[in-house]
Amino acid sequence: MQQTQTAHSGVIPMSGTGKPVIEIEKLNLIFETPDAPVHALCDVDLTINEGDFVSFIGPSGCGKTTLMRVIADLETPTDGHISVNGMTPQQARENRAYGYVFQAPALYPWRTVQKNIQLPLEIMGISKQEQLERAKKNLALVNLEGFEKKFPWQLSGGMQQRVSIARALSVEPDLLLMDEPFGALDEITRDHLNEQLLSLWDKTGKTVIFVTHSIPESVFLSSKIVVMSPRPGKIIDVIDCNLPRDRKLDIRETPEFLEIAHRVREGLRAGHSYDD
Amino acid sequence: MPIGSGKVSGQGIPTMTDVALTPTTGLWSKLYHGKTLPILTVVIAILFAWYAGAVYLNSDTLISTYERTNVEWDGKKLITDSWSMDRPILPAPHQIVEELNKTVFQKNITSKRSLIYHSWVTTSATLLGFLFGGLLGVLLAVGIVHVQTLDRSLMPWVIASQTIPILAIAPMIVVVLGNVGLTGTIPKAIISMYLCFFPITIGMVKGLRSPDVLQMDLMRTYSASTSQIFWKLRVPASIPFLFASLKVAVAISLVGAIVGELPTGAVAGLGARLLSGSYYGQTIQIWSALVMASLLGMLLVYIVTVIEKVVLKNMGARS
Repeated sequence: MQQTQTAHSGVIPMSGTGKPVIEIEKLNLIFETPDAPVHALCDVDLTINEGDFVSFIGPSGCGKTTLMRVIADLETPTDGHISVNGMTPQQARENRAYGYVFQAPALYPWRTVQKNIQLPLEIMGISKQEQLERAKKNLALVNLEGFEKKFPWQLSGGMQQRVSIARALSVEPDLLLMDEPFGALDEITRDHLNEQLLSLWDKTGKTVIFVTHSIPESVFLSSKIVVMSPRPGKIIDVIDCNLPRDRKLDIRETPEFLEIAHRVREGLRAGHSYDD
Repeated sequence: MPIGSGKVSGQGIPTMTDVALTPTTGLWSKLYHGKTLPILTVVIAILFAWYAGAVYLNSDTLISTYERTNVEWDGKKLITDSWSMDRPILPAPHQIVEELNKTVFQKNITSKRSLIYHSWVTTSATLLGFLFGGLLGVLLAVGIVHVQTLDRSLMPWVIASQTIPILAIAPMIVVVLGNVGLTGTIPKAIISMYLCFFPITIGMVKGLRSPDVLQMDLMRTYSASTSQIFWKLRVPASIPFLFASLKVAVAISLVGAIVGELPTGAVAGLGARLLSGSYYGQTIQIWSALVMASLLGMLLVYIVTVIEKVVLKNMGARS
């Protein structure tokens, strides 16, 4: 917490103008396993404001995905307080408050691209015409016009992941949860999708939570970086990333960028013990 | 390959490798690479063994007849006679083909002597049993997947039901159903169902449970209801499993229908042909009914395969 406060006082926050969307206090999550209980999240405190692009970064097993799954009500915390849009995560999920992009595209192989995007809309009971309109609009947003009738296996991995982003966007959530969505992609595709995602965020003003273990990716995308460490999973630093909103890939060579990246790396190093 | 030869081939003169890689067309090549030759080889081997077997098995009866009636005989006569007996122990393939020709093509379909008529009687029971079994199998699977109590209480019974020999339980079913006034096709269909629901239940339970954690989590993020998860995820995911089970089920449902005809003393159906054939020592009739049954089984499985191809193609399967 001490570190967090220093981080905030050091820079002028670019974000934080909106009202809080997610408030987490003293959150703990312990998985019961046959050998010993695993402390996946330990005393997590975090506030995410409207319009923020927040990255969770940390080594494998630091609980970044778990924290996001708690927000999405896919895991239940052992104790502590969490609210999403002023509701419990369960209520927020039942209100379809968020769109979730998984590590893998998770497209249903028996549905065409268009039908995959319509899936959440069918479940929400949205009219057929509206479904088609939203599918068209969001496919255009991820540059996939003309692929409506293709089945997932006919698309490359990067294209499949873009379909899954379009599917999450079609719900029109104010909150977008993305769990290492580009983790399995090559660097060129990843750079390209990062740029697309950033312009999408800029255009729509959504709140995005993004899990990654790539330092450049987190600095490039975020307005706020949450550095986490494993065993037990806890937040060790929250860094405001006050780069301009409309960044281009070249920004990764500027001193400001490298300075923030350096701070993230320092944080990761401090939190990472190699004793075990 | 040395660099020099690569250069030569670059100038348009084919090297050894090029020639070897050029596909040759022609009858022999097609036979060699296709399925025809392997299948033909097996067919010829079976026919050879069959004719030899017919001579071996039928010769004893023939020799004792020759000796009783003081007929002069030699090896050649023995062989030709053993391939043309009226009631041989093992009839020769051409005798079965003749019988099939006589009963399938030379008889009116409605005639009691037409094998087509008997096949239809069995097929109708098979299809009805397959339908019952399919419904029962799917219903059980849906229950088992959704209700934990059913998973624990039904599954052991489903498995136990298949450990009872069908030959033992078939007469019981016929007697019990006969007492409540059900005769004819229905009891046979029930026996058929008893056999064929099992692979469908097993396959569908596996299929309905096949969606992975990610696919289920996705539905959860949409806060989809149980019935939405069922229709939009579990059912489509289970279709390939369903067809695999249906192929097994349709084949054993035919077996069930034939077995069902044996204890009823049925007068019509392939089972009845087998039964009457064995009463009167009409081995040729038994064998032709057997061949007919296996052709029918192949046809039914083939039909299911065709439907499977069409359905899966519409569900985006790679062709």
